[in-house]
Amino acid sequence: MTTNATDAAIERLLFEREIEKFLYREAELLDDRRYNDWIELIAEDIHYHMPVRRNVKFGEQHRENSDSESEISWFDEGKRTLAGRVRQINTGLHWAEEPFSRVRHLITNIQVGDLDGDEVPVRSNFYCWSNRLRDEVNVFVGTRQDVLRRDPETGFKIAKRLILLDQNVLLSKVITTFF
Amino acid sequence: MVNIIKSRGDRSLRDLVDLEKGTVAREIYVNEEIYQQELEQIYTRAWLFIGHESQVPNPGDFVMSRMGEEEVLLVRDRKNKLHVFLNTCRHRGMKVCRYDDGNTLLFTCPFHGWSYDTDGALVGVPHHKAAFHEELIKADWGLHEVPQMANYFGSIWATWDPKAPSFLDYMGVFAPTIQWCFQSTDGEDNGVELFNPATKWRIPTNWKFPGFSFDGDSAHAAMTHRSVNVAAIGPQGDMEGGSRAGMKAPFPKTSYEMMIPELGHGGHNYMFEQPGVSDYADTWQTEPKEVDEYYRETRAKKQEKYKDVYLHAGDGGTALIWPNVNIQPQRILIWHPHGVGMTESWRQYPVDKNAPKVVKDAQRRYMMRYGGPTGVTESDDMENWNYAFPASLGTVAQRLPYNFQMGLGHDFKDDRLPGMTFNYRIAEENQRARLRRWLEFMEAGSWDDLYPVNPKKNTDK
Ligand code: FES
Ligand SMILES: [Fe+2]
Repeated sequence: MTTNATDAAIERLLFEREIEKFLYREAELLDDRRYNDWIELIAEDIHYHMPVRRNVKFGEQHRENSDSESEISWFDEGKRTLAGRVRQINTGLHWAEEPFSRVRHLITNIQVGDLDGDEVPVRSNFYCWSNRLRDEVNVFVGTRQDVLRRDPETGFKIAKRLILLDQNVLLSKVITTFF
Repeated sequence: MVNIIKSRGDRSLRDLVDLEKGTVAREIYVNEEIYQQELEQIYTRAWLFIGHESQVPNPGDFVMSRMGEEEVLLVRDRKNKLHVFLNTCRHRGMKVCRYDDGNTLLFTCPFHGWSYDTDGALVGVPHHKAAFHEELIKADWGLHEVPQMANYFGSIWATWDPKAPSFLDYMGVFAPTIQWCFQSTDGEDNGVELFNPATKWRIPTNWKFPGFSFDGDSAHAAMTHRSVNVAAIGPQGDMEGGSRAGMKAPFPKTSYEMMIPELGHGGHNYMFEQPGVSDYADTWQTEPKEVDEYYRETRAKKQEKYKDVYLHAGDGGTALIWPNVNIQPQRILIWHPHGVGMTESWRQYPVDKNAPKVVKDAQRRYMMRYGGPTGVTESDDMENWNYAFPASLGTVAQRLPYNFQMGLGHDFKDDRLPGMTFNYRIAEENQRARLRRWLEFMEAGSWDDLYPVNPKKNTDK
């Protein structure tokens, strides 16, 4: 390898490492219940979307995930609503999260796309464990398709997040964490 | 425990549900055998909500639905007729459909390949000649169809009982409430369509906790939903803290619990002190102004149409239809039994079918952030319904009855709405009405014991 090529490869590795660290840091904030810090990572214009997953016939996979333009999703919202959810948890009166659940986000399979201007597409998988009161367990597994945007203060901000939860009937009574 | 079931005839279930005292044994919410009896006595007899015709607009369209624990298919056949079929192959029971919705020419069973037309007829049997020697009478082995189905202003209902009374008789004076709930906001019949898809989720609790208390339990709101008020995230108006209450236009109306105890239906409705529909309240401030304008205009049309009519729903009213569905103008809540300690909740959202996209979008986003397992408001309901169940399971806990005494004996009638019984807006009259019907269904040998209703017989203990 030429020096230039090596430099480019190292630069790329460092870039990917930076993004991985950002995602791990984000997960840590959620797991540490530092929701006020987490919401700082959210861009003002975020589209936070978790569609409903349908069982569809072969050849109709384009209908598998509910459409944000016209259909019902589990989450389909922007920062204002997300910030409202954070305020709700912080009241200490949100019974579905009071007392806090023990939540752990394992973020894996991180794949970083090419930087386009100040934005970069990033895919990752999550395994989210939630344990509540004595013995309630909820497990959420899925994949995320993010667009991260360079930010001078927080490194990046999350400008777009599509969350594909691998469930049809939601097997949990609520989702009170973020992904 | 077995005795309770076996001695059904000697009224021992009646010892568990004391409507005069307003006490109910916890057993009826947690006992496995009583639950099995519910599936038989209630869910194979009652008229159940299936869906809406807008879910299957074209010939060959189908959507998965559910009656009690069992999957059914709502299908529009190729001649445009609607059917409700049990989702099971008549050969060895495989599901003939495993898609949530779609369009098909045939339902072909993936096990041995029997195939059924969209009208349920068995049309294809592999080896019909060589192996069945053409002796299988296909006409006898079509998909199992409900004996009674009703399309009521676009809403689809069905019962497994051929002897059940007609849909209208079953609904009684609540039928118009359902009609209004399926009107568009300008008061036109058949004015809505449902957003797709239905959301479905599991709550580890008995179906009666949400099924009997949803909207029959006004008392829960202040405590259960405190975080919504404290964080000022009331979802209809302003996520930043706007309250709608102060903006409501004055209209002489009083909110009551209203029910037909004899039929088990109830609601949390307005009784207007004058005919007509209340004025539009400013809302949707966080949405484009066309949204507010649309709802303002449609309300004006509705006011004109109903200016001489006393309404008791269709303006924020609800219909809790026995046994497990709550119909409201903008949402439909269904609580399917899924084992004694599990409920599968289904939620669907009607919207004016002719509304512009900007209006549909605003309403859709409101419903998504408000309701269901990811809604800011309802997530706290789930927690309460969930943990009331395990806390009622204990040997000692089961010695303690539940208290259903709120407003007991304070029910009254009003001549303007004959057939209805009323109570103060915060009462447990609706829940008592459901429990009363529950008891009757559980005891009844047949529909002869259930309908026509003799109110005397029912209160006679
Ligand atoms: S079970 Fe359906 S064809 Fe055999
Ligand atoms: Fe509630």
